[in-house]
Amino acid sequence: MAEDRFDAAVIGAGVVGAAAARALALAGARVVVLEKAADILDGASKANSAILHTGFDAPPGSIESACLAEGYAEYRRIHARLGLPLLESGALVLAWTEEEEARLPALIEQAQLNGVSDVEPLGAAALRACEPGLGPGLRAGFRVPGEHLVDPWSAPLAYLHQAAAHGAVIRRACEVQGGTWDGALWRLETGGDPVQARVVVNAAGLWGDVVDERLLGRRRFAIRPRKGQFVVYDKTAFGLTRHILLPVPSATTKGVVVCRTVWGNLLVGPTAEDQDDRTTAVLDPAVLEALRRRGEAILPALSGHEPTAAYAGLRPATEDKDYRIGHDPDRAYVTLGGIRSTGLSAALGLAARLVRMLEGQGATQGWIPPADPVWPVLPNLAETAPRDWQRPGHGGIVCHCEMVTRREILAALEGSLGARTLGGLKRRTRVTMGRCQGFYCTPALARLTAGRLDPPLAEPLEADGAR
Amino acid sequence: MRADGPPAGCAAAAAERADVVVVGAGPAGLAAAAVLAGAGLSVLVLEREGEPGGVPRHCGHSPYGMREFGRVMGGRAYAARLAERARRAGAQIRPGVAVVALRPGPRLLVTAAGGPAEIAADQVLLATGAREGSRAARGLGGTRPGGVLNTGALQGLVYLERLRPFRRPVVLGTELVSFSALLTCRHAGIRPVLMVGEGPAVEARWPAALLPRLLGVPLRLSTRIEAIEGRDRVEAVILRGPGGLWREAADGVVVTGRFRPESALVTASHLRLDPRTRGPEVDEFGRCSDGAFFAAGNLLRGVETAGTCWSEGRAVARAMLAARAGRLPEGVARPLAIEGGALAWALPQRLAGDGTVPPAFPAIQAGAARCARGRLVLRAGGAETASAERAVRPHRSLRLPLPPPGAEPVLAFEEEP
Repeated sequence: MAEDRFDAAVIGAGVVGAAAARALALAGARVVVLEKAADILDGASKANSAILHTGFDAPPGSIESACLAEGYAEYRRIHARLGLPLLESGALVLAWTEEEEARLPALIEQAQLNGVSDVEPLGAAALRACEPGLGPGLRAGFRVPGEHLVDPWSAPLAYLHQAAAHGAVIRRACEVQGGTWDGALWRLETGGDPVQARVVVNAAGLWGDVVDERLLGRRRFAIRPRKGQFVVYDKTAFGLTRHILLPVPSATTKGVVVCRTVWGNLLVGPTAEDQDDRTTAVLDPAVLEALRRRGEAILPALSGHEPTAAYAGLRPATEDKDYRIGHDPDRAYVTLGGIRSTGLSAALGLAARLVRMLEGQGATQGWIPPADPVWPVLPNLAETAPRDWQRPGHGGIVCHCEMVTRREILAALEGSLGARTLGGLKRRTRVTMGRCQGFYCTPALARLTAGRLDPPLAEPLEADGAR
Repeated sequence: MRADGPPAGCAAAAAERADVVVVGAGPAGLAAAAVLAGAGLSVLVLEREGEPGGVPRHCGHSPYGMREFGRVMGGRAYAARLAERARRAGAQIRPGVAVVALRPGPRLLVTAAGGPAEIAADQVLLATGAREGSRAARGLGGTRPGGVLNTGALQGLVYLERLRPFRRPVVLGTELVSFSALLTCRHAGIRPVLMVGEGPAVEARWPAALLPRLLGVPLRLSTRIEAIEGRDRVEAVILRGPGGLWREAADGVVVTGRFRPESALVTASHLRLDPRTRGPEVDEFGRCSDGAFFAAGNLLRGVETAGTCWSEGRAVARAMLAARAGRLPEGVARPLAIEGGALAWALPQRLAGDGTVPPAFPAIQAGAARCARGRLVLRAGGAETASAERAVRPHRSLRLPLPPPGAEPVLAFEEEP
């Protein structure tokens, strides 16, 4: 079938796949995105700390460092045109022990090597002047002015919308089970009609090694999921710090962060816990309690605040700290693998790198970039700009904690990228994500979403057993 | 953080005005509206849900209305009667209007289907009620599938939308509302597999404790939910009880009780919040730290019955009338001190009375932080004014009569060693 032949197939609709699809579509490719889950952003991109990282602490000279620099700059360039928020907060890296303090000079030097030249060493008194709420025991640190906060779900959704505006087709509940390369064309088996594409991009995140094995017959790396648990505090805690509060990173993790969110909350996390399960991130009350205590040590005023929610995500870590980029020019196949917690910041840079790799191999010949790209504007969910409830005709508030309107919910259910699951609807609107966690709005939400979500929130009471 | 008003280019209409604005059309707000409108004031009741009635509206079953209407009624009929009474007294009830911010003046920033607006009043009564503690607040571990609901959400689904979110849930909690959840399940043909209580005894007063056996639902005490399992939907619940750890197949969890004031508006406003109750700080007239604002009902301290909230609403409304007549004492209020670690909270947080006007709250209300046995004592200026021997436990409120005006009040719990 002619309509199932594409220039490029992107496997995975997380932030990396979304950015790749956008870059390929803007390079003139006819793109298909194949997502295994019922909705986009269902894997590693579901949960993170929502920070736009400068890459100051990435290994200098790494792919990660280069992609972060390029992705960061690209996000700054395009966010306003896509209606995406950017809360310019800056970060403080804080040393609480002698050992941590001893590592500060090396970190500052590393930032310089990564091209982040505006870091500013600060003593304890200066840090406290920046953030009067910091807890006791602070020794020293430095300020990274460029670390900012973003909306981790609206951003990839915007990338996919822009790709779709340039002809990309996004298929959800569409798992790539296998495929063959005939020398000119990939033929991907998906359970339904096979998809044909000249180029394949593996952005399958937590399943990146499995997809490589299915299509190339070998694994370039092994994914070892690394779980991160987070605690979210209500809007009342938003004002407790302005900066993103970062620890001195260790060899394996950036450590526990305390930061605001663009939606007006405060979060503490993540943990870094290796596990084998690629699908389930379990919340552990004892670990969450330890996170709370860590948060309260950093910001003592947090102890008066109750958590609104807790969540956990999985990052696709591998044997190597750096990203795992693989390119098989002979088979027009690229793997964007092992993209851990920095994927949100690096995705646009990875995508640009991908297009350059394909150009270098000659795979982009015949692609004609659109002369005048379309810039879809995403609905704003951040408190940094006017919300829908502040405009006329919103149809009433459905979720009062997060101030989500009926108009926003109906819009998020519509269209080729409309929400298909409750999780997808939450990520597009923030409905039920506030302090009451659905106590008030669940009935109204069940009515508004009837017949639209799988699984549904509830089933009709029939005659059987109901009185 | 939230923008200070409607965005530029979207000017709100000239502020509307009422003598009194009541925020929240539950039992407290509607009872107060009837009294205030009955006294000839222009009263505007703002309700963010689509219909007035508050929590009872979501609750199809009995018993409501004995105190208010002299007969036993279902929650929905009761809610309708309260609204009808307020309307007949002349109050204007406006559903579908969410109050977004409280400002001195008083002025209220609101938003409704049409968009944002501002409303001005001489006095505001806050009666925004309470909500149950969320799964996160209860610290439940495991996955985060659909089908984990509070009683409030379950009742709204069943009674308002005629929907059923699950068929075989575990019910967590043994407060009064937990048994209300059992009745709701029964109404919807839902058969809970288990009711579990974290404490060693049922928290609700007799005879609610008889219900599980009557309904054929096993009750397990000293048991907690360790983890919830399932990806899209709940598949099982891991429980830890006196006999150890076990896995119970279930397709939902009802997280009941642990009510807390719905005080987000107060928290974000200029009004003082009591960190102990998490509600607004009030005197015995229901007056907040800004004397143009009053508060009544479950916003003050989490959950009491609808009848109690209704009484409070009426009493605070009468105090608001006294304030309009210039009869409420304006002197410096005396803060109520709390002594003894067993006490979690107490209200009113300060006493302003000079004996000339009857208080809206005739008693000090208090709540326990944990189970304890001892003597609850109220002292004023060093002299004991009231006391009671008590075995206290959380989620059951304690009351002692207000002390006479004048002296610094102290509420203490003297624990038996």
